[in-house]
Amino acid sequence: MQPARSPDLARLPEFEKAVLRVQKLSLWYAANQALYDIDLEVPERKITALIGPSGCGKSTLLRCINRMHDLVDGVRVAGEIVFHDRNIFAHEVDVFGLRRRIGMVFQKSNPFPKSIYENVAYGSRIHGIGGRSQLDEIVEKSLVRAGLFDEVKDRLHASALGLSGGQQQRLCIARAIAVEPEVILLDEPCSALDPIATQKIEELMQELKERYTIVIVTHNMQQAARVADSTAFFLMGNLVEFDKTETMFTNPTDKRTEDYRTGRFG
Amino acid sequence: MTVTALAVTSRRARFGDAMLWLSGGALATSLLLVLGLLVLVMWNGLGYFWQAPLAELELRDGSRVLGEIVERKGDEMRVHLGNRDLGGDDFRWIRNADVRSTAFPPEALLLERSEYGRFYGFPVAVKRGDAVLREGAPAVLASLEELLAAKRAERASQLDGLRGEIRRENVELERLRLEKRDASEVEARYEASAAELARREAAYGADALVMRTAGGREQSVPLSHVVRAVRANQLGTGGKLALYASRVGEFLWDDPRESNTEGGIFPAIFGTVLLVLLTSVAVSPLGVLTALYLREYAKEGLFVRSVRIAVNSLAGVPSIVFGVFGLGFFVYGIGGTIDALFFADRLPTPTFGTGGLLWAGLTLALLTLPVVVVATEEGLAAVPRIVREGSLALGATKVETLVRVVLPAALPGALTGLILAMARAAGEVAPLMIVGMVKLAPSLPLDGEFPFVHLERKFMHLGFHIYDVGFQSPNVEAVRPLVFATALLLILVVLCTNLTAILIRNHLRRKYAGSGV
Repeated sequence: MQPARSPDLARLPEFEKAVLRVQKLSLWYAANQALYDIDLEVPERKITALIGPSGCGKSTLLRCINRMHDLVDGVRVAGEIVFHDRNIFAHEVDVFGLRRRIGMVFQKSNPFPKSIYENVAYGSRIHGIGGRSQLDEIVEKSLVRAGLFDEVKDRLHASALGLSGGQQQRLCIARAIAVEPEVILLDEPCSALDPIATQKIEELMQELKERYTIVIVTHNMQQAARVADSTAFFLMGNLVEFDKTETMFTNPTDKRTEDYRTGRFG
Repeated sequence: MTVTALAVTSRRARFGDAMLWLSGGALATSLLLVLGLLVLVMWNGLGYFWQAPLAELELRDGSRVLGEIVERKGDEMRVHLGNRDLGGDDFRWIRNADVRSTAFPPEALLLERSEYGRFYGFPVAVKRGDAVLREGAPAVLASLEELLAAKRAERASQLDGLRGEIRRENVELERLRLEKRDASEVEARYEASAAELARREAAYGADALVMRTAGGREQSVPLSHVVRAVRANQLGTGGKLALYASRVGEFLWDDPRESNTEGGIFPAIFGTVLLVLLTSVAVSPLGVLTALYLREYAKEGLFVRSVRIAVNSLAGVPSIVFGVFGLGFFVYGIGGTIDALFFADRLPTPTFGTGGLLWAGLTLALLTLPVVVVATEEGLAAVPRIVREGSLALGATKVETLVRVVLPAALPGALTGLILAMARAAGEVAPLMIVGMVKLAPSLPLDGEFPFVHLERKFMHLGFHIYDVGFQSPNVEAVRPLVFATALLLILVVLCTNLTAILIRNHLRRKYAGSGV
C-alpha cells in the first residue's frame, strides 16, 4: 500500500536550503521492512518534527541520520541520505566524524556516570579538541546554551547523576552541542519529563535553532505544533505527508494525517 | 444478602509472620556464629601474651615446682613449668589436693630464651667462664636488665654487620665459582671473616646466668640466649600491660624461633600479604580483560556459553587440583624452561624451577579468576545500553566508549570480585603447599639484595603456619594459644586487605556515583 506521492512532496520550497536529503530510503530489520522509500529534505536551521504512531518508523529514520542503526545486527538499508553532497552510507564515510557533526539526544536522559563537567567535555576529549582552558570554555559555553549553567555552575565537578530528570536531559543537550554539530537529532526528548521541564526544553529548542538544524521525533502532537517549523507524518514505515507545520495542522492534504491529528487512530 | 464476619487473623497472614521469624532467626544465628568465632579466637589468642604470676607450689610428695598456672579444670590445674632442657614436662596437670602450699616468691624469674623455650627459676649468679661477675639474687636482679641490654648492643655492633659481610662474600664466592674465575682472594677474606665471627660469637656467648630451679637444681643459661627476663611477681598492672605490648610487638615483627613455636610470625604475615597482592595484580587484568571480551566483543553463542560454563566450573574445582596444575605447569613447565634458558649455570640447583612466591601467586590467580570474571561481567552488564549509545552518538569509537565510560562504571563491580578473590587467596593453604610455601623460609622475598624483590623465593604463610604450629609442632600444648593468636592475625590480615579494597571501591563509586553496580 504505497501512498500516492507527488515528486515534490519531500521538498519545501519555502525554506531556503536543505542540509540533509533523504532519498528513497528503505530499511529492513532482517526480513522486516521498517521504512519504505522515504524522501525528505531537512531544512537548515529549522526544527523538523517527525510524528506518527508507535512503530511507524520515525525513530528508525532518526537513528539512520547519524548511522546509529549500524549498532543493530541484521539491519540493511537501501537509498541514500545526503549530507554535504555525500551519501552518509558510503563506505568511505568516517562514521565517527559524521556523528560528531550530527549529534543525538535520546528519549531517556543518559548522562555518563561522571561529573557534569566531564559529561560536557567528553566529546571534545574524544575528538582531541582543546587543552584545559579551552575545555573550560567549551563546557561553560555549552552549558549556557543549554540553559543549565546557572543551575550547576557551583557543582560542575559533582556527579551528573545527581541532577533532576529535566536537568539531565538539558545536560545531554549541552553534551551534544559541545562538539559543535550542525544537526541535532532529538528522539522524544521530553517523553520522560514533567510539563515544566518539557517547556524549558521546548524554549531551548527555539534558541538552538538559531545555530543548529534540529530534527525531533515526538509522540506529542501539541509539541510538534508548538515547536516545529515543518512536520513529517509517518505511518507504517511510509512518509504520508511532509509540510510546514502550520499547513499540516490546519489544512492537511492527506486524510490520514487529519485522522491522526484529531485522534481518530494512533 | 448474607454478611460473613471478617476473620480475625487468616492462616496465610500467620504464615507470613512465621517466615519473618524464620528468616530473621537464620540471620541472627549466622551473626551469633560469626561473633562466637571471633570471641573464641580473640579470647584464646589474646590471653597468650598476658603474664600470669609465677607460683611456687609445694607438693605433698615434698617436691617443689615453679611455673604459671595457665588453666584450672575441676580439681586439677595445668601448670606451665618450662625448663625443657632439664627434661620433664613443659606442662603438667597437678591435682589441687596434691598441693600443700602455694607461694609467689618476689625473686622468681621467668626467662624467655631463644633456645629450649622458657625457664622458670631463681637467679643465683652471673658468670663469665668460671669467673663470677655477680653473686646472689639481689645483685643479679639489680643488674640483669643492664647486662641484657649490653648483650643486645654487642650483638648489633659486633655480630650483625659481620654476618652481613660474610653473606655478601658468600654470594660473591658463588658467583665466582659459577663464572669459573679465581676466587682465592675472596676466599681468604671469607676465611678471615669467619674466624673473626667465631671469636666474637665465643665472647658473645661467654656470659652465663646461673639459675636455680624450684627443685634446687642449678642450670647455666647463656645471657645471649635470653630474649626477655621477667620478674612476673613484681609487676604491677602497668608493667604487665607494657610486657603485653612488648610481646604482641615481638609476635608481629620478629622471626619465629624454636620451630615456629616461639618468637614472632612476621615472615608469615609478610608472605601472606605479598602473596595476596601478587595474586591481585595477576588476576585483575586477566579477569577484567576476559570478562570484557566475553561481554562486549564475543557474539553470544555456543562458544561463549561453553566458555562461561567452563569459567564458572573452575570455581568449583578443588583447590589442591590447582596446586597440582601450578606445580606441573608453572613450576616444572615455565620455571624449568626459565632455568634451562637463563640459569643453566646453576643447575641442577633450580632457581625458578622450584616452588616460589611467583608461582604460588599465579596459581592463586587462576584459582580466583572465575570470581573476578563473573563479577566484572555483571558490572559490565549493569551499564545500560543507552549510556553506551550516548557515547557512540558523540562520535566515540567502541574502544573509547569501553575505556572511558563502560569500564569506569563497571570497575566497582570488578573490585567486588577482586575483594572476594583476595579473601579466598589469603585463606587458601592446600595448593600453596606444593608450589612454594614452606614451614620456615630462610629469607624474606623482599630485601636489600639486588634485585630486591625475589619472587622465586619460598615464603611463609599464616594459614600454613596455623596448621604447622598447631599440629606439626613438638610441643602442641604450649603453642595452642599461638594457634589462636595466628588465626586472629589471619582474620585481621584478610580484614585489612579487604577493607582497603572496599575503601577504594567506595571511592570509585562516589566518583562514578549511581552507576548501579
